[in-house]
Amino acid sequence: MDYFAQQLINGLVLGSIYGLIAIGYTMVYGIVGMINFAHGDVFMIGGFIALITFLILVSLGLTAIPVILLVVLLVAMAITALYGWTIERIAYRPLRHSFRLAPMLSAIGMSFVLTNYSQVAQGARVKPIPPFITGGYTLHESADGFVIQLSNIQIMVVLTTIVLLGIFTWLVSRTRLGRDMRACEQDQTMAALLGVNVDRTISMTFVIGAALAAVAGLMYLLYYGLVDFFMGFVAGIKAFTAAVLGGIGSLPGAMLGGLAIGLIETFWSAYFSVEYKDVAAFSILIVVLIFMPTGLLGRPEVEKV
Amino acid sequence: MTVLSSNTAKPATDIPALLKTAFVNALIALVLFSLMVGVRTEAGSDGQLTYWTRFGEVASLVAAVFGGSIVLGLLRQWIGPTGAEKLVPPAVRSGMSFVGRYLAPALLIFTVLVPVIFYDQRYILDLAILVLTYVMLGWGLNVVVGLAGLLDLGYVAFYAVGAYSYALLATNFGWSFWVCLPLAGILAAFWGVLLGFPVLRLRGDYLAIVTLAFGEIIRLVIINWQSLTGGPNGVSSIPRPSFFGIPLDNSDNGLAARLGIEYSPTHRIVFLFYLILALALLTNWVTIRLRRLPIGRAWEALREDEVACRALGINTTTTKLTAFATGAMFGGFAGAFFATRQGFISPESFTFQESALVLAIVVLGGMGSQLGVALAALAMIGGFELFRSLETYRMLVFGMAMVLIMIWRPRGLIGHRAPTVYLTKAQAISSDLVKEGHG
Repeated sequence: MDYFAQQLINGLVLGSIYGLIAIGYTMVYGIVGMINFAHGDVFMIGGFIALITFLILVSLGLTAIPVILLVVLLVAMAITALYGWTIERIAYRPLRHSFRLAPMLSAIGMSFVLTNYSQVAQGARVKPIPPFITGGYTLHESADGFVIQLSNIQIMVVLTTIVLLGIFTWLVSRTRLGRDMRACEQDQTMAALLGVNVDRTISMTFVIGAALAAVAGLMYLLYYGLVDFFMGFVAGIKAFTAAVLGGIGSLPGAMLGGLAIGLIETFWSAYFSVEYKDVAAFSILIVVLIFMPTGLLGRPEVEKV
Repeated sequence: MTVLSSNTAKPATDIPALLKTAFVNALIALVLFSLMVGVRTEAGSDGQLTYWTRFGEVASLVAAVFGGSIVLGLLRQWIGPTGAEKLVPPAVRSGMSFVGRYLAPALLIFTVLVPVIFYDQRYILDLAILVLTYVMLGWGLNVVVGLAGLLDLGYVAFYAVGAYSYALLATNFGWSFWVCLPLAGILAAFWGVLLGFPVLRLRGDYLAIVTLAFGEIIRLVIINWQSLTGGPNGVSSIPRPSFFGIPLDNSDNGLAARLGIEYSPTHRIVFLFYLILALALLTNWVTIRLRRLPIGRAWEALREDEVACRALGINTTTTKLTAFATGAMFGGFAGAFFATRQGFISPESFTFQESALVLAIVVLGGMGSQLGVALAALAMIGGFELFRSLETYRMLVFGMAMVLIMIWRPRGLIGHRAPTVYLTKAQAISSDLVKEGHG
């Protein structure tokens, strides 16, 4: 039981990170109808920028942890958002009215560009950072000595995710931008006729998605204590799996899917085998899609001729 | 009036606006590159991260962006707005159609003669074999993506199944290449059907992600099932192919000794070359023949419109499954060939990157065009070889090329996707028949 509870905590933390990335996928899919294959690499870039900012701040002699975290968070979000904007501008906007496969392939190309760009710019070796946020709480100690740990970093990851989701939900449901986004999702031509700046709205979608990915990158860096140039690929596929599992296009679905993938992966590693955890996550994706082709919360697609 | 004139008249070179755009672009580039390029991190020997700055590189990159956007802007103004129908002189057009008609036979004859011309150049022969392997993979994937319109991001899985089938059967049971080759194809086709079943109800992007997941599952299983596949170490000392039972080696009963000619290691390379050429041509021939059969017509109909397909009574289940199985079978053949050529295989060779490369070849070749795929494979693999000395920059350039090609020619270099059959004459029908619907 204690073991189970511990794994539950670990799974929820991992799932939060996946969920943050998955929102970027699902948002872009909802509005432009394409898989932004490079999104996993945007997450990786976010992790790298967080790492570099962190290093500079520490070497400048800053010691106040909350200040460092806040600055790192803001810098990583801002620069990664600019990456997201630039990617959309270069690789996707010229292809908006092209045939369906074109943006997808352009995105795969972009993903290669980003992966190899950071390999060339930052080297191929894994970049570790020393544990930055330490400490935690012991929730429960059982008779046989098994301890359920809840570390501060885990609390921080989950709290940050909840706060961001709150802001994000407010943004989508209450603001002008959110309304424009929902309008573009339904019908771009009609939205444009009613005075919505479609180009700007799509750009903002990419910016928000990239900023959330940057947060996920920072969380990953703090939680695992390392980044490398290849981490975007696997994390990206899993987050996309999460988005599909939750029903692509649905924002709560993305978070739910992220949590589901995180839990599945953690429990599989804990009770079965670590080696096959990715296989388990992907197999469950396939199984879910057989029985629920639109995912957990997705709307059934109407086929039009 | 001003709107009209700005639409029709060619805009004069607007230097201030150009400089402003270039300046903004350079500013964006400065922010983008500031941390990622300007600060280089590295883990020291004690695990401590250190960093050093590289402002020179950032400055040159930003300058390049500035100069590049000025040049692009000027080019755009000189060439004029894109999208205008470019008039091709009739002479050029007839010349193009002449080239188009004779290009394929000329290429084929040249390919057949490659071992004769480049007999002494081992490097070129090896490269030609590699190109032909990708031509074959491209043609195989073309059945799934180009003809049936099913986006498959995990094609490399079938390549892996074929390679491991041959490698394991040959090393464990000592079966010959010629027995294993069909088996590898059948096994790969079997896996294609297995993958086909769950994805039958999925469309478009869901299909893409499931095939991608499938490819990853196969690779992960190969890595982790150490007792069978040797895990990350792969399978080594895979037997070389024989000339229908006669080994191609230096021994007394080798092919060279039996023919009474002097043995040379190039014989095997030439044999491998013709082997993959035959396999690739088989793929091409089968595809061309299948396109004329009802099943090929059904694939193309499926690509154009799945709902209409079902309404016409085409069984989409079998249509999709046969497309998957056929494509997978050719992938399996290519895999078996790959295993026997390399003599060593490991999961390293079957990453997503390979799938993306083959898919890029198919799309670049203009989905559905057999000649286009062959030319695209030549361009891609040849281009890859040109950048071999710049190992780390190779994939960077590959990615950029993919993006640029998509922007420049999204339909591929030889872009045509016309269905094989279509109505040649427009039929006039009474308005009574059409006014009822809402379409």
